Amino acid sequence: MKIAFDKLDKAFENRVRLQIMSVLAANDRYDFNSLKDLLNITDGNLASHLKALEKEEYIVVHKSFLGRKPNTNYEATAKGKQAFKDHLNTLEQLIKQQKLT
Amino acid sequence: MEEKDIRNELASIRNIMERSSKFISLSGLSGILAGIYALIGAYLAYRLIYKGPIRIYDSLSVGTYPETITYLLIIAVAVLVASLITGFILSSRQAKRKGQAIWGKISQTLLFHMATPLVTGGLLILILLSRGYYGIVTPSTLIFYGLSLISASNFTFSDVKYLGILEIILGLIAACLPGYGLLFWAIGFGVLHIVYGSMMYLKYDK
Repeated sequence: MKIAFDKLDKAFENRVRLQIMSVLAANDRYDFNSLKDLLNITDGNLASHLKALEKEEYIVVHKSFLGRKPNTNYEATAKGKQAFKDHLNTLEQLIKQQKLT
Repeated sequence: MEEKDIRNELASIRNIMERSSKFISLSGLSGILAGIYALIGAYLAYRLIYKGPIRIYDSLSVGTYPETITYLLIIAVAVLVASLITGFILSSRQAKRKGQAIWGKISQTLLFHMATPLVTGGLLILILLSRGYYGIVTPSTLIFYGLSLISASNFTFSDVKYLGILEIILGLIAACLPGYGLLFWAIGFGVLHIVYGSMMYLKYDK
């Protein structure tokens, strides 16, 4: 069976989104600033990608306050984790397939 | 997408998952140095304890040498502080190289999980010391240190867990053999640190 590239999740076409999902797959929760430091990108850039993932219902946002500072945490949903897993499986299958041909 | 691209993609995912959840900047070299400090400390303590004809362990229970206990505590604290400073300096250098924050979410989690058993054990030992239970010190420092390594190992290289297990075993043996405390202390904090530090240096410091 041939696996088409279009089986890959469109939401993860962008590298930053895939990286965000990787972080949230390895950690229960991750806050905005730590995510920003880790991925080394700007506030605006990160915020727009988070919004996109939120719209797909792949992540949920938890807003709270640490003293006076707002503290925003992100968590992967079950749907998001499944999508991430499927994406990785597809990538793996693509490798296997290319080995055979 | 070529196979090479997909492989790169998977490797970068694995890398970011690891970097986001584990403190991978722990320096092996600092482990080696901590081991050397501990051996120096053990040597000084040995000179202090066995300088006269009386073995201090026999006389300690009587409590005739309070000043010796103070000196031993000073040596122990000096070794601890020197090891912590070295660990901090070398690990922050490593963190810079690996693009990880030395004072970030992960290092804070690591420190918390390491400090909980360590502080608990430290306070317990001080309480026991104040009541004159000197024999308990070596086994309990080794055991609580081992526990803190195991607890911290979830947030850094998994090798640290095996070092923790060895420290606990050593501590339990030391508890069965009172009087050989310094020897076990030198093995646990000196030799094991040098062995594990070298292993981690070769594996990860590059």
